[in-house]
Amino acid sequence: MDVARYRPEESEDVTFDRFEVPYPKEWVVLDGLNYVKDQLDGTVSYRWSCRMGVCGSCGMTVNGEPKLTCATFLADYAPGPVRVEPLRNFPVIRDLVVEIGDFMRKLASVKPWIIRGEEKPVSAGEYLQTPDELDAYKQYSMCINCMLCYSACPIYGLEPTFIGPAAIALAQRYNLDSRDEGTEERLDILSQHEGIWGCTFVGECTEVCPKHVDPAGAIQRYKLTASMAWLKSFVVPRGAGRKEEAAGAEQ
Amino acid sequence: MTGRSTYHDYHPRWLRPRMSTYWWLGRRPYVVFILREISSVFVAWFVLYLLMLVRAVSRGAGAYGDFLDWSARPAVLLLNLVSAFFIVFHGITWLSLAPKAMVVQLRGKRVPPALIAGANYAALVVASVLVAWLLLGGR
Repeated sequence: MDVARYRPEESEDVTFDRFEVPYPKEWVVLDGLNYVKDQLDGTVSYRWSCRMGVCGSCGMTVNGEPKLTCATFLADYAPGPVRVEPLRNFPVIRDLVVEIGDFMRKLASVKPWIIRGEEKPVSAGEYLQTPDELDAYKQYSMCINCMLCYSACPIYGLEPTFIGPAAIALAQRYNLDSRDEGTEERLDILSQHEGIWGCTFVGECTEVCPKHVDPAGAIQRYKLTASMAWLKSFVVPRGAGRKEEAAGAEQ
Repeated sequence: MTGRSTYHDYHPRWLRPRMSTYWWLGRRPYVVFILREISSVFVAWFVLYLLMLVRAVSRGAGAYGDFLDWSARPAVLLLNLVSAFFIVFHGITWLSLAPKAMVVQLRGKRVPPALIAGANYAALVVASVLVAWLLLGGR
């Protein structure tokens, strides 16, 4: 296993350390890293938590591909060596640990929560939803914020101001939610150049997504929605029907 | 301890690797993507070529003959052959994109993406046959 090492106090560049690790068939790349840290070199730094594809912490570049290391089996790369690098397109803090503040800020900027014009009091009960209404957004709600899509996206690499695949897919997750009324608020953020229009549909975000969220699809759908809203803003008199059109174009 | 300790935030030096100009050569999907982007240049060329053809036709039989002679030159022929390849490439990737952007609900069920792409291809075939019929069937 070749592990990328970046030690800012020692060197300005990335070096690779080679470790011999066992690879029983049930071992994933993350098990290999844990073995290295436990047995060979305790200074190797990387993030992980759930080791079951839910927390989204252990995304790394494995043999050039963005992967969740907890779901990437070592045996598939036998006899190796398998090359483990930090996620691309993010600043590296140390070894395999990247700085994710940019993504976190972008995620918050698209308001990925349910926005209501008027909140119902708790006593009025829950907001009900049919199975079909759930299906409308369920795929996009599977995102675990692992940022593999950002790592695969050359647009994000070239233009770091791009809001990026996961944040747009999550905005779409709330736009398509029947309980949400925040579509119009999100439109202003998403329809900027740095929003959906930054995307040139490379489509790799969808390919690498471990949860089959299809962010590329979400962005293309949203381009259609935003175009329709823009077109209608010419046809429909100013102000009138904006609310309905924002919601209607989603259907 | 004598004196005051001074504290300051420790901020590790982040590594920010720059993307190489040739980033797209590393992976096949990136190469395909760049080819698809480049195809737009050839689409633009075909539009220009069509306008030149229309102008030649409007100027009479002589100009049209000259245009055909010019088009038969190996260099122009080669350019048009390459353009034709890229136009087909552009068309296929464009139509394959359609189901990504169009999510059509029919009686509460999502229309399968393959059907949307298929309908787009069918429309292309119908339009092509119609054009071919207008051009060839009219004789």
